[in-house]
Amino acid sequence: MRIILLGPQRRPTLEGVARSLALSGPVATVTAGWREREPDDAELSRVLDGRDVNLRLYERWLDVRDRVPEYAAGAGRLEDVLAELQELYLTRLDYALRTVYALQYREPGDELRSEAMSEAVAVVRELDATHLRRVNEARLEFFDQLRPHDRPVIAEYRAAVSEVLADAAALVIAGGHVGVLAEVLHLFNVAAVLNGTAPNWAAPNGAPVIAWSAGAMTLTDRIVLFHDRAPQGAGHPEVYGSGLSVVRDVVLLPHARARLLLDDTPRMAVFARRFAPARCVPLETGTRIDVSADGTWPPGIRVLGEDGHISAREAA
Amino acid sequence: MRAPVASPVSRKLAINRLRERRPLDSGVVDRFLARFSVPIVEGARCTFLYRGEADEVFLIHRIFGLPDHLPLRRVHGTDLWYVVLELPEGSRVEYQLEVVRGGQRDRINDPLNPRLAHSPVGSSSVCYAHGHEIPSWTGFDPEARPGSLVDMVVPSRALRRDCPVTLYLPARFRRDGPGTRYPLLIVHDGGDYLRYAAAKTVLDNLIHRLDVAELVAAFVYPGDRLAEYANSAAHARFLTAELLPRLEAELPLADSPSGRCLMGSSFGAVASLATAYRHPDTYGSLLLQSGSFVFTDIGNDHGGGPVFEPVVRFVNRYRAAPRRVADRLFVSCGVYEPLIVRNRSMVPVFEAAGMTVRYVEARDGHNWENWRDRLRDGLSWIFPGPQKFIYE
Repeated sequence: MRIILLGPQRRPTLEGVARSLALSGPVATVTAGWREREPDDAELSRVLDGRDVNLRLYERWLDVRDRVPEYAAGAGRLEDVLAELQELYLTRLDYALRTVYALQYREPGDELRSEAMSEAVAVVRELDATHLRRVNEARLEFFDQLRPHDRPVIAEYRAAVSEVLADAAALVIAGGHVGVLAEVLHLFNVAAVLNGTAPNWAAPNGAPVIAWSAGAMTLTDRIVLFHDRAPQGAGHPEVYGSGLSVVRDVVLLPHARARLLLDDTPRMAVFARRFAPARCVPLETGTRIDVSADGTWPPGIRVLGEDGHISAREAA
Repeated sequence: MRAPVASPVSRKLAINRLRERRPLDSGVVDRFLARFSVPIVEGARCTFLYRGEADEVFLIHRIFGLPDHLPLRRVHGTDLWYVVLELPEGSRVEYQLEVVRGGQRDRINDPLNPRLAHSPVGSSSVCYAHGHEIPSWTGFDPEARPGSLVDMVVPSRALRRDCPVTLYLPARFRRDGPGTRYPLLIVHDGGDYLRYAAAKTVLDNLIHRLDVAELVAAFVYPGDRLAEYANSAAHARFLTAELLPRLEAELPLADSPSGRCLMGSSFGAVASLATAYRHPDTYGSLLLQSGSFVFTDIGNDHGGGPVFEPVVRFVNRYRAAPRRVADRLFVSCGVYEPLIVRNRSMVPVFEAAGMTVRYVEARDGHNWENWRDRLRDGLSWIFPGPQKFIYE
């Protein structure tokens, strides 16, 4: 499927993007990341010439929590497990990254030091990978036990979502709360529809998915949370979980300039090394990246490199 | 929001330029005072003024390290008194003036300075030094949805009294929301935090700005404060065995230590530490502001008087055998308060016990606005808001 990744939409570029695609037909939208403000999509509707059909995934999710007690109870237990996993991971990550920075601050030099640095980064990479595996296993176990397709309320909503998507000329996923977005997109099986056989998504020039900020992050196979300018100080970038995995080997960084200490190039270099070979791609206001149906990225996109700087790279 | 004191910086201080004026009569002084905010802040130097007939005038402050009575000098031929104090950037100082006339000493707030700070023991004048900023989140924000305050009474067998408690429930609080569980913050000296540290406004704003998670706070009120907060077993039992179970039964609260925090300032910080010490598996976090952690390394001369005796015994015992009482401790203190050395000394002790400590200092004193202004640092670290999840 074609995917178009956009930067934040404070100064909307979506209108121009939609026009450039000459979309004909209804456009499915997801504003679940706005949570209780999900229905406040009048501006989005205007930009899409009123052809939008909001999938109301947040509203459906709350309804599932109300009407399926097994889901609510299981989701509560899952949240506890995930919170504990995240806490343990962050504790270990803190020590591992402090080791990396401590080695990095020493004079660069001989092979031994460079080897020690590589090993320290490898420890962080291993922590990230193990954490992602554990989170995914916990989620898988939850869905195995819940058997959502056997729950009438969930099955009904999945069918409704699938039906809208089958007729849609595009899917637009807005930013917001990345955790909520990932949750509802998984629960209502959006990836299965997009990856399925529906002709509107499967064709090389078929219906595109347009997503920005948190919406774009949820399309990837690895969601990384980051906020260097939080009131409690710069936190470590942390692996949160997997998105829909329709975009692979990339870490998306919305609002990179505002949220990351980009001037701290040694720290940024560690960021890039930690997630390589995945590309760390800033999504700033005005960014547009068209990923073709075969997964090819356009040339010239700006990427955070292992030197800690952001620069344009050739197509991969 | 910038502190409301700003004056042009020039080579000579305004007060020195005034002293050189000839003639220097009452009208010149009138115009001088009309021109400047008092204290006059010029770079690092702050000029405190008093106008009136007096035998002597003193600046009374509680800046640890400076003489607490600083004499003002009279500008020759006038009834204007002054003293210049050098204050590091970002400082905030509460002060009063002592005016001596005919052997009588009157302690007053600065009549030339409208900026006051309030506390349970009265008000003081405030000097905001160069570079001090009053955090924007401490004032009312019409955009922030207000939470609500609910009063309740918890009968306590431990304390042998009915204990009033004020609950803070965040905006959009859902009592029966499926899967919704709120962290709990228990606040010592709750009435003072609400009144003098604008705790409700601060919570409304920090939650609205996504800096702090939606939480429930229980503001508790002391009875005999100096007894209950000085390592009292009865107080610890009240919080842990009476208040906490009732709140967890009636409200959708996170039922794990990581979702519970004890908070307090001064003696309230001692009460928080002592309660967690007696119930080490109950509270995941402590927020300790300007803790009265008075101790002795040798002998018994701690200088705190009889009310500190139980505190000193507790802190000495803790320092001799530190133990883990919570996972995370936020500790803050003003560098101008005498307790700064005690608090600095406790940090490595806490860390050695295996607790994660975040320690913050401010150029401020032992007062409620200092504690208010550190709340974002503390609460956003203990119960961080969803900011790291939001990418609009």
